Amino acid sequence: MYAQQVDTGSKSLKTLDEMGPEERHFQEKVNAETKIEPKNWMPDGYRKTLIRQISQHAHSEIVGMLPEGNWLTRAPSLKRKLQLMAKIQDEAGHGLYLYSAMETLGADRDEEIEKLHRGEVKFSSIFTYPTLSWADMGAIGWLVDGAAIVNQVPLQRCSYGPYARAMIRVCKEESFHQRQGYEVLLTMMREGTDEQKEMVQDAINRFWWPSLMMFGPSDDNSPNSAQSMAWKIKRHSNDELRQRFLDQTVPQLEFLGCTAPDPDLKWNEDTGHYDFGAIDWQEFFDVLKGHSPTGIERIQQRKSAIDEGRWVRDAAVAYAEKQKASAA
Amino acid sequence: MAEWTLFEVFVRSKHGLNHKHVGSVHAADATMALENARELYTRRNEGVSIWVVPAAQITATAGDEKDAFFDPAEDKVYRHASFYKLPPEVDQM
Amino acid sequence: MNALTQYLLRLADTDMVLAQRLCEWCGKAPALEEEVAMMNVGLDLLGQARNWYDYAAELLDDGRDADQLAFRRNEREYRNLLLAEYPRGDYAVTTAKQFFFDVWHHRVLTRLSGSSDERIAGLAAKGLKEASYHRRRSTEWMLRLGQGTEESHRRLADAVQNLWRFTYELTDTDAVEDELAEAGIGAGNVGDAWRAEVSRVLEQAGLDVPEPARHFYLDGKNGKHTEQLGFLLAEMQYLPRAYPDATW
Repeated sequence: MYAQQVDTGSKSLKTLDEMGPEERHFQEKVNAETKIEPKNWMPDGYRKTLIRQISQHAHSEIVGMLPEGNWLTRAPSLKRKLQLMAKIQDEAGHGLYLYSAMETLGADRDEEIEKLHRGEVKFSSIFTYPTLSWADMGAIGWLVDGAAIVNQVPLQRCSYGPYARAMIRVCKEESFHQRQGYEVLLTMMREGTDEQKEMVQDAINRFWWPSLMMFGPSDDNSPNSAQSMAWKIKRHSNDELRQRFLDQTVPQLEFLGCTAPDPDLKWNEDTGHYDFGAIDWQEFFDVLKGHSPTGIERIQQRKSAIDEGRWVRDAAVAYAEKQKASAA
Repeated sequence: MAEWTLFEVFVRSKHGLNHKHVGSVHAADATMALENARELYTRRNEGVSIWVVPAAQITATAGDEKDAFFDPAEDKVYRHASFYKLPPEVDQM
Repeated sequence: MNALTQYLLRLADTDMVLAQRLCEWCGKAPALEEEVAMMNVGLDLLGQARNWYDYAAELLDDGRDADQLAFRRNEREYRNLLLAEYPRGDYAVTTAKQFFFDVWHHRVLTRLSGSSDERIAGLAAKGLKEASYHRRRSTEWMLRLGQGTEESHRRLADAVQNLWRFTYELTDTDAVEDELAEAGIGAGNVGDAWRAEVSRVLEQAGLDVPEPARHFYLDGKNGKHTEQLGFLLAEMQYLPRAYPDATW
């Protein structure tokens, strides 16, 4: 997802009896669905896990502006330019909401961003893929934002109050993103030329598997996943969310009149779900480690924006200090 | 190290309502903080008034002081309207 | 093309080209907060461009719509102010450029909101709220950069010097503008007010106020541009030009 493979530092789950009084009190609150707030006592692992997850989520929003930004100056009409700009702007906003939630845990935004620029922390695998045609703007809105929504809806109930509240805001604002993306594709399929229809199918071919990878590998037996579930940061397994996404997406794909690049994709009457082919997890791990050329460029671009903007931020600070001094 | 100051943001969404905490922004000074808050938290017409406060200037109750700080109010049931049982004829009061 | 249509296209093209330059900042702003802020300005300008194009398209009545006006005219047909097409440069260039424009825009829209053409008056009144905020924001950044550090001061001074030569288009008017002003439709000349306000802010920012810029052979309002505009349009118009029969 936007936060993938988050390490909780736990090897196994503690029972309530094994916990000290503070941790026990904390876990009982979590079990009772009482939100944990910034000033409440919380286990160190919970704090660190949240910082990792929320920062990765925020970084993904910010890096996620770039694949779409790649087409902003080339959007084909006034309406599409306005829509894309508003969407990218929302992503910057969502990154900021999330950094804001992360800072309530005592983490510093600028430091966490530096870690991203040094390659020490990850951002979502999906944003390491290049956007090669305008149809990619539709495919990202529909598939990538669609997958993000499936993941983010349960996060609105996350045990950590500021994260849950940020997600509520994000989900509310993001509702137009997926529809906007689908409409881009639908317009091209229904009113477009043959060349445009090929563009749409090509975009789906390229973004289909990476979208399914967004949920991360199966985590049914992972101690990190079990710990995140016990802390109610996470509510569903990766496989469960992936299936939910796939089940809602395939009918939309058919309505578009397009196909998925997966010969094994078919409805399973017995399970009531779609079956699908094997995911190339090697590609996922390579991408996540930062081995993709586009992924490297994304980080370089983010880093140079912040590096080249330093004199601007310094000027603002110097000005503020001068104003304060002259007022005193 | 953070380069700009962290400001907490409070937005009044409609006339007549209280300001409500919505999140934070970074800014070099309070004027910029107000503008950044406007850009970020009122992109969809969500506000009529904004307050910003440097996060470091906020004094808050410790999270787990609940017992000592708030429980004493719990048994003062006579502060709540529902404590006073009135006959049905005048119970809309 | 009548004077009013030309005038509307000037307003539209200037908004459009400036918004396009702001789009180029996407993912490259000096702070995340600025990323959001610059896109707000871009969205405002793009929205205003669309409104002026719509009106111009109605007056032209030749089957072209707003999109065709924006995406199918070449650089000799574009009528934006030269200032707008100047490359985005560093943040000082963008700040000075937006500031010069914002002061002009604010004055122009203030006058246009009293235009005898009701459609123009309505659109201008709506745009004026946005422009007032833009002006406030860019003025503050002029002061921050001008008074901030030595480096920011030097960069802003360079930016002002580089952009200044295009400002005669903000202070001078041509026959089209004069004709519409006389008819009570156009904004007329806002040069005096522009010079007074810009000088005041430049002084406050600790910068020299240059001598008035002199008119030279370039004339953006009538389609004589710098070489920069062609590249901007080539990028912006790529899809509609490459796929003329497509529907997006």
